[in-house]
Amino acid sequence: MTALQIENLAYRWPSAQHDTLGIGSLSLDAGESLFLHGPSGCGKSTLLSAIAGVVAVPRDAVRVAEQDIGTLRGGARDRFRADHIGMIFQVFNLIPWLSALENVLLPCTYSLRRRDRAGDKPAETANRLLDELGLSGPALTSKSANELSVGQQQRVAAARALIGRPDLILADEPTSALDEMSKSAFVDLLARECAAAGTALLFVSHDRSLERHFDRTVDFRDLNRGAL
Amino acid sequence: MLGFSIRSLWNRRFVAGLTVLAIALSVALILGVERLRDSARDSFANSAVGIDLIVAPRGNSVQILMSTVFGVGGTGTGMAWESFEWLEDRPEVAWAVPIQMGDNHRGYPVIGTDAAYFEHFRHSNGKPLALAAGAFFTEAGADSAVVGAEVAARFGYAPGAVIINAHGSGEVSFDLHDDAPFTISGVLAPTGTAVDRMVFVTLEGFDALHTKEASPSADPLDSAAMSAGGHEEPDGHQGHDNHEDHSDNEGEEARHGHEPDRINAVYLGLSDRTNVLGLQRAINDRTSEPLSAVLPAVALAELWEITGTAETVMRLMAWAVAFTGMIGMVVMLSATLETRRREFAILRSVGASPPHIFGLIVTEAAVLTAAGLALGLFLLALATLVADPFLSARFGLRLGFNFFGVRELATIAAIFCAGLVASLIPAIRVYRMTLADGLSVRI
Repeated sequence: MTALQIENLAYRWPSAQHDTLGIGSLSLDAGESLFLHGPSGCGKSTLLSAIAGVVAVPRDAVRVAEQDIGTLRGGARDRFRADHIGMIFQVFNLIPWLSALENVLLPCTYSLRRRDRAGDKPAETANRLLDELGLSGPALTSKSANELSVGQQQRVAAARALIGRPDLILADEPTSALDEMSKSAFVDLLARECAAAGTALLFVSHDRSLERHFDRTVDFRDLNRGAL
Repeated sequence: MLGFSIRSLWNRRFVAGLTVLAIALSVALILGVERLRDSARDSFANSAVGIDLIVAPRGNSVQILMSTVFGVGGTGTGMAWESFEWLEDRPEVAWAVPIQMGDNHRGYPVIGTDAAYFEHFRHSNGKPLALAAGAFFTEAGADSAVVGAEVAARFGYAPGAVIINAHGSGEVSFDLHDDAPFTISGVLAPTGTAVDRMVFVTLEGFDALHTKEASPSADPLDSAAMSAGGHEEPDGHQGHDNHEDHSDNEGEEARHGHEPDRINAVYLGLSDRTNVLGLQRAINDRTSEPLSAVLPAVALAELWEITGTAETVMRLMAWAVAFTGMIGMVVMLSATLETRRREFAILRSVGASPPHIFGLIVTEAAVLTAAGLALGLFLLALATLVADPFLSARFGLRLGFNFFGVRELATIAAIFCAGLVASLIPAIRVYRMTLADGLSVRI
């Protein structure tokens, strides 16, 4: 199954003069990991928004888990995102006043599919994920999110993206707030967990040193040729 | 969603708490004003049941009602006993009860009357007066007294206790009738009306106070003991000096026991209430002594007309406070929206739709309003508990812990709905915001 399929995607922000995105073709198989690098401000985040269905995209341009995102409207896109896509941002991924565990379980409250796929007891699955990502013990997992270090927060965010085995994880520079050591460890863990879960990973970063953890690497500037 | 909203509010518990407090105060104020008004009206209306006409020296009907039935305010010059006899002999009149006033017992009004009072007085939808202990005026004693439930409770009076009254109506008096003590013969059961705060003595006993008088002292402060406890003042009395022993008619004496020279008012009951207007006119037209006959219900209506403006102002103010509370909530919810943008973006990224986040804000407002209502009712109950003894002692008002009336429930529902409507302002903003922001987490 193809986790992500992009064909001839053009996108222009409503107030912009010219297209931000002009992508010919990009595809990602289930369980495959792709490193997409490029300088800041070149439209990488816009691409992720288009894939996540936050911005309206034309028909037949973006398919996630073989569903045409362009045919979905409003609430249906929100539900589809909850069901099929996990997201990790640069910083501040967590609801600060929820515990680490509760943050991980958030997708299960919005998506029945994710909850079903998280096993009989989602809380146990969440704890296992946190454990595998190096956050074990109730002392850590019951802490509220704003008491965790930035590195710990990013790992909680990774666990949240992974829970319920979505088809695709979109990671938008999740390591930029981490130091060199934790960076490498984080990416390694994330890539491994995605592979184990059969989840495709689209990892966006300007930091080429992370390239080696991924199946494939694409330069965003090569990909986004159609944009002016 | 409810749990999530509560957690979110708990995270901002200081500001949320203040908002809840503001709403709670307004709720307590609105309901308190209504309850005070209702209990005042009930208490007043319940006190004047069964009396068809109150006859007193010519005066303002509201003032006559207040002074006679509620023991509030001064009384007129008094009316001649002949007028009482004239009233009593009218064919329309079924019963007539003489009333003497002007003394107090430790701040509570003392009423001089006869046994017919206890027979004919009705309160709270027509219940007669009942005794909690003892008996009404005893045959033997002109010095017997019957005390209201509250007077008995406050001072621990029981039948057999000896009490001393004072002249005038202030709580602290230098002018004590300690040469004419009374023995309590009975304690009335609580009625929830002004009767609870009254001390009843016989006409003879009331007059006896004022017969054993020497010449008034030039300066009452001269000889008055300043402390309420140690009163040694036999002759500081300056009123009621117009008494003569009145025993020229043996037959009348037998009927009433004792006939005072002047009384302050007469309660009348009619055998046929349709005659009430005719009798009222006859009394008002009587030329030998200027009298006023007051229909209690009409006088009450006049009273409510007078107090109506003040009530409206109070109510408006209470609602203005509620409005302020609502604005406070909108301010709180709106002010935090900017800082919560990130939170909403995260929720969006895990699958929450903009309508869901809209609902989240409305739920938060609902929780705040509901908490405000609950706290407000609690504060009201607390205030009632604290104020009840004072209000009942001073004004004979009983707030009580009544179950919510339909109007109170409607008020509560209205405040809750107002909270929801007010929350639409921040909720619509957040809806637009989340649509525009999408997943881009801005700080």
